[in-house]
Amino acid sequence: MSANVVEIQGLDRRFGKRTALEGIDLAVHKGVVLGLVGANGAGKTTLIKHILGLLKAQTGTVRVFGLDPVRHPAEVLGRIGYLSENRELPEWMRVGELLRYTQAFYPAWDTHYAQDLLTLFELNRGQKIKTLSRGQRAQTALLIALAYRPDLLLLDEPSSGLDPVVRRDILSAIIRTVADEGRTVVFSSHLLDEVERVADVVVMIHEGRTVLKDSLDAIKATHIRLTVRFPQPLTSPPSLPGVLSCTGGPQEWTYVCHNGLKDLQQEVDAVHGLVVDSAVPTLDEIFVSRAKGHTSPEGSLCDR
Amino acid sequence: MQIHISTKDGVPIYLQIVNQVKYMVASGRLRSGEQLPPVRRLAEDLLINPNTVARAYRELEAAKVLSTRQGAGVYVADTASPLARREQTRILKDRIDLLLAEARHMDVSVEDLIDLLRQRGELIK
Repeated sequence: MSANVVEIQGLDRRFGKRTALEGIDLAVHKGVVLGLVGANGAGKTTLIKHILGLLKAQTGTVRVFGLDPVRHPAEVLGRIGYLSENRELPEWMRVGELLRYTQAFYPAWDTHYAQDLLTLFELNRGQKIKTLSRGQRAQTALLIALAYRPDLLLLDEPSSGLDPVVRRDILSAIIRTVADEGRTVVFSSHLLDEVERVADVVVMIHEGRTVLKDSLDAIKATHIRLTVRFPQPLTSPPSLPGVLSCTGGPQEWTYVCHNGLKDLQQEVDAVHGLVVDSAVPTLDEIFVSRAKGHTSPEGSLCDR
Repeated sequence: MQIHISTKDGVPIYLQIVNQVKYMVASGRLRSGEQLPPVRRLAEDLLINPNTVARAYRELEAAKVLSTRQGAGVYVADTASPLARREQTRILKDRIDLLLAEARHMDVSVEDLIDLLRQRGELIK
């Protein structure tokens, strides 16, 4: 029995002529926190919907807990706690009613834990869901996803549109479940600072394809931000190995590079540059570099 | 326990924790035998992955700065004091290296730097 909670191989997905996902391979090991990052429309939600069995794989396979979520929806969904991007909740219910309603579907529902979360989030059982603030909606949606202690927590932009206080509460609640044994978390987020703090593994999706998939440690170890000073102003700075982006100028240019770190000093020397600053880039910088910068063909202009 | 984590640091988060705990022990802010928050609590307070905290605690234990009491939590080790002296020296060395690098950048000699140090030392007295 695989220790992979989610196993995706060769997944393709097209909507009419538009390719939403292409060649996605992903294995999520039990107990791992996986951060899914990418621009809006890159394919994160589409990927999550395949894990939930809401979309059927057109090419390739999707297995969750070793099962096809489309063919075994009850077994799979019963062990997943899902927070949708829209926080879909039944507007006509009150918070307390929603809790009782959800509890009926999940035998593993923990009433004490649900109450703890209710208190932590300062939610009122009697309150109508349609009157909840944005933050309260997110908290309520998270509460019902957590309360039956699912084996897999699937969160689509859990912090999106929330003020710092609520974000903190939500992140804290998620971290608490990670500390519980065996819980696996997959979350998509634009807040790369949070991803950097909480994720074990990061997958970056760009236009439906995986452009980066590695442990956070490895990502940080294989990227570098280098500021190079050249003897004269340049409109066309030289390319460096593994360059993802190049900004600045005219005399000092900042490169973000991936791999080839060993040869970098030699290359900088070869183009008569002087390294004036060198640092590990943040996940945010890496993401922006990949999204905006172009990998230059040999010797051509780095994009500004 | 006041620990500050920055993702902009370039230093891995677990190492930031290790360094800060070592510093607090060396500077006396954490005393021998004092209890540290459990992994889960610290992770929630700092809003980071609990594995990261666990890793930091493991490393601090290997370095004999912390010790775990069976099921009773994590404490500053009793043998922390000789480590403190070594840690203090290491911290000062790092600061000095940074200062020397800056001075070199500005074409200031080591002798001038020492004079400056003495001047400031006199002022602070």
